[in-house]
Amino acid sequence: MFEGWDAVTLARAQFAFTMSFHIVFPAFSIGLASYLAVLEARWLLTGREVFLNLFNYWLKIFAVAFGMGVVSGIVMAYQFGTNWSAFADKTGPVIGPLMAYEVLTAFFLEAGFLGVMLFGLKRVGPRLHFLATLMVAIGTLISAFWILSSNSWMQTPTGHAVNADGQFVPVDWLKVIFNPSFPYRLVHMVLAAYLTTALVVGAVGAFHLLRDPQLAGPRVMFSMAMWMATLVVPIQILAGDQHGLNTLKHQPVKIMAMEGHYQSHPDGAPLILFGLPDQQEGKVRYAIEIPKMGSLILKHSLDAPMPGLDTVPRENWPPVPITFWSFRIMVGMGFLMFGLGLFSLWCRWRGTLFESRLLHVFAVLMGPAGFIAVLAGWITTETGRQPFTVYNLLRTAESASPLAAPAVGSSLLAFVIVYFVVYAAGVTYLLRLMAQPPHPGEAGLPREMPTRTAGITPAIERATQ
Amino acid sequence: MSLAIDLATVWAFIIAFAVFVYVVMDGFDLGLGILFPLFPAKADRDVIMNSVAPVWDGNETWLVLGGGGLMAAFPLAYSVLLPALYAPMIAMLIALVFRGVAFEFRWRAQGERNPWDLAFAGGSWLAALAQGIALGAILQGVHVEARQYAGGWWDWLTPFSILTGVSLVIGYALLGATWLVMKTEGSLRDRTYRLSWPLLIAMLGAIVAVSIATPFLDVQYTQRWFAWPNIILTAPVPIAVAAVTALLFRALTNKYDYQPFFLSLALFALSYAGLGISMYPYIVPQSITIWQAAAPKNSQIFLLFGVSVLIPLILGYTAWAYWVFRGKVRPESGYH
Repeated sequence: MFEGWDAVTLARAQFAFTMSFHIVFPAFSIGLASYLAVLEARWLLTGREVFLNLFNYWLKIFAVAFGMGVVSGIVMAYQFGTNWSAFADKTGPVIGPLMAYEVLTAFFLEAGFLGVMLFGLKRVGPRLHFLATLMVAIGTLISAFWILSSNSWMQTPTGHAVNADGQFVPVDWLKVIFNPSFPYRLVHMVLAAYLTTALVVGAVGAFHLLRDPQLAGPRVMFSMAMWMATLVVPIQILAGDQHGLNTLKHQPVKIMAMEGHYQSHPDGAPLILFGLPDQQEGKVRYAIEIPKMGSLILKHSLDAPMPGLDTVPRENWPPVPITFWSFRIMVGMGFLMFGLGLFSLWCRWRGTLFESRLLHVFAVLMGPAGFIAVLAGWITTETGRQPFTVYNLLRTAESASPLAAPAVGSSLLAFVIVYFVVYAAGVTYLLRLMAQPPHPGEAGLPREMPTRTAGITPAIERATQ
Repeated sequence: MSLAIDLATVWAFIIAFAVFVYVVMDGFDLGLGILFPLFPAKADRDVIMNSVAPVWDGNETWLVLGGGGLMAAFPLAYSVLLPALYAPMIAMLIALVFRGVAFEFRWRAQGERNPWDLAFAGGSWLAALAQGIALGAILQGVHVEARQYAGGWWDWLTPFSILTGVSLVIGYALLGATWLVMKTEGSLRDRTYRLSWPLLIAMLGAIVAVSIATPFLDVQYTQRWFAWPNIILTAPVPIAVAAVTALLFRALTNKYDYQPFFLSLALFALSYAGLGISMYPYIVPQSITIWQAAAPKNSQIFLLFGVSVLIPLILGYTAWAYWVFRGKVRPESGYH
C-alpha cells in the first residue's frame, strides 16, 4: 500500500489532518477557560447561584474538550520529529526553545491546576479554587503566546543566522519572539478563540431559550454571548484588516494568492469577489470583481499598482485555489457574525432578546461558525506560506523525514481511523451535555458528588426516570 | 573544558530528569490501565480512575517537555531518533489518545459495557509496550548518515527491544499496583498487595534479563560496566538494587501503605541510572554524542534560564495538587 505515493504529500496530508482536528479544541478551550473564570468571578462577587450553575455546566464541557485538545496536542509535539525531522534539525535551535517555553509556562500551569479546577472546589474552598480557574485560563493564553510566536517566526523569520550545518541559530531572541507578524497573529487568534466560544455559548443558550424563554441560565449565557458578538466582532474585523496589511508588507505573495491576483495590475487591482482560480492557466475563471477595489483596500488608493504572481517564479507559487477559497470562507463567516451581533443588539434594544425566535434560530445556526472561521483562517495562512515551511528560506519538500511512503501513509491511515472514532464519540458527548439545559443546583463533574445523589449524570438520570 | 561542554552535560541531565519524571509519574497511571483487566467490577474501576483523574494530565505533560526539550537542546538527536522509532512512536501517540480521552469519556458513555474501559486498558498496554520498545531500540543503536536516520522503518524490531518493551509493561504494572496499595483500602487494597508480589518478582527478572542482554549489544557497554576502574563506580548500582529489593520484600510482608510505592520508584530510579551509565555520553548510542547533537549555546542558555526558574515552581504547584488530593480514595464519598 502507498507505493508510488509521494512521501512529502502524505506527510503534509497528515499534518493538515491532525492539525485541523487539534486546533478547534485549543481555540474552544482558550475561550472557554476565560469564560469559566468570568463566571466564577461573577459568582464570587454577586453570590448569585445562576453563575455557579453555569460554571459547573460549562466545566463539564470544558473537561471533555480540554482532554481532546491535550491528546491531539501531544501528537503535534512529536510530529515535528516523526514526519518532519529535517525541519526539526534545522529549526530546532530557534523554535525548539519557544515550544519548550510553552510547555514550561503554559502546559504545566494548565495541567497542574486543572485537577483542582475540575474536582477541588469542596477541598480547597472558593477562593483558592478561583485561583486555580484563573491559572488554567492564563495558561491557555500563555500557550497561545508561544505557539503563535513560533508559527509567526516560520511566516516572518527574523533574529536568526544560519550555521555551517544549515541550522537556523538564534541571534536576537527578542527579534525571534516578537517577529513582524506575531503581534497581529496573536491578537487575531485570541479574538478568534473568544468569538468561537461565544458563538458556541450563544448557540447553546439560544437552543434552550427556543424551548423555554424563561430559563435563568440560558438567558444569562445568551446575553453574555451576544454582547461578545456585538462588541468583539467589529474589533476582530479591524484586527484582521491590520493583519492583512502586515501580510502584504512581509508576505506579499500570500496576499496575491488570497486575492487571486495572478496578473499584475499597474494601475489599480480589482477586488475579486468570487471566481475559480486555475493554477495551470494562471488566471481566475468566471471572476466577479469590483474594479480598483483591491488597491483601495490594501493600499488605500484606487490606482496603486499591485504586482501579481506573474512576477514570482512558478516554483514559489502557493496553491492559489485553496488559499483563495479558504480566505473567502473565513471572511464570509466574519460578516455573518457581524450580522448576528447587530441583530442581537437590535433585539436587545427592542427588549426581545430572549423572545425573538428568529434571533435564536440564527444563533443556533451560527454555533459552529467560529470553528469554521478558525479552520479556514489557518488554512489560508498556512497554505499561503507554501511552498516553504520557513518563509522563503526552507522549502517544504526539504523539511520532511527520510521515510518511505508506506510508513507515512500507514500512520496517516491510522490517525484518520482513530481520530474519526475518538472525535465522533467526543463530539457526541459534548452535544449530549449541551442538549441538557443547566439546572438549578447544577453539579460539577460526576466524581465530585456522592455517586448516589449525583443529579445529572446520564446513567443516573436514566435510572431514576 | 569550555562552557559549551558543560552546557551539553547540564542539558543531558535536564532531559534525562524530564524523561525520568515522566516515566515514574505516567508510569503509575499507565500501570493502572495495565492492571485494569484484573479488576472487572465497575466500583473498583471507578476508584482506580479516581485515584489519578486529578493528576494524570500533569504527569503526561512531562512527556511533552521531554520531546520539546530534546528538540530545543539536542535537535539533531530529536530529528534522528523519531524517524528511527517511527512505528513505536506513532503507536504510542495513538495509544495515549485512547488512554487520555478515556478519563473523561468513560463517565459519559451509556450502556452496559463501557467501551472506554477497553480504550483505557488497551491504550495503557500499547503505550507502555511502545515506550519500552523505543528504549530498547535506542540502546541497540540506530543507523545514521549525514545528520539523518538512514535505516529502514522496521529496524527497531529485535528480540532485545521486545524484551525491554515487556519489561516496561511489568515495571509500570508494579508502580500501578503499589500506587493502589497506597491510595485504596479494603478488599481492593488487599488484592493489589497480592498482585504486587508476582509483579515484583517479574520486575526483578526483567531487570536481570535486560542487564545480561545489554553488554551483548555493544562492546562499549561491557567496558563501561566491567572494565577497571569503571567497576568501582558501577558496582554500587546492582548492590543498591539488591538492597531496595530487600526493603520492598519487607514492606510488602508487613503491608505498609506508602513504602511499596516509593521503593518501587527507587527501583526505577536505579534502573534508569544504569541506563544513563550505559549511554553516556551518547544521546544516540554509538553514533551521536551530546556535544555533537547540542543546539547552539544561545539556544541552550536561553532555555536554561526558564528551566532553572520554572521547574522548581512546577514541582511546587504539582506537589500542592497532589497534596490537595492526598489520602485514600473512597468509593462511597467520591471526590470532594
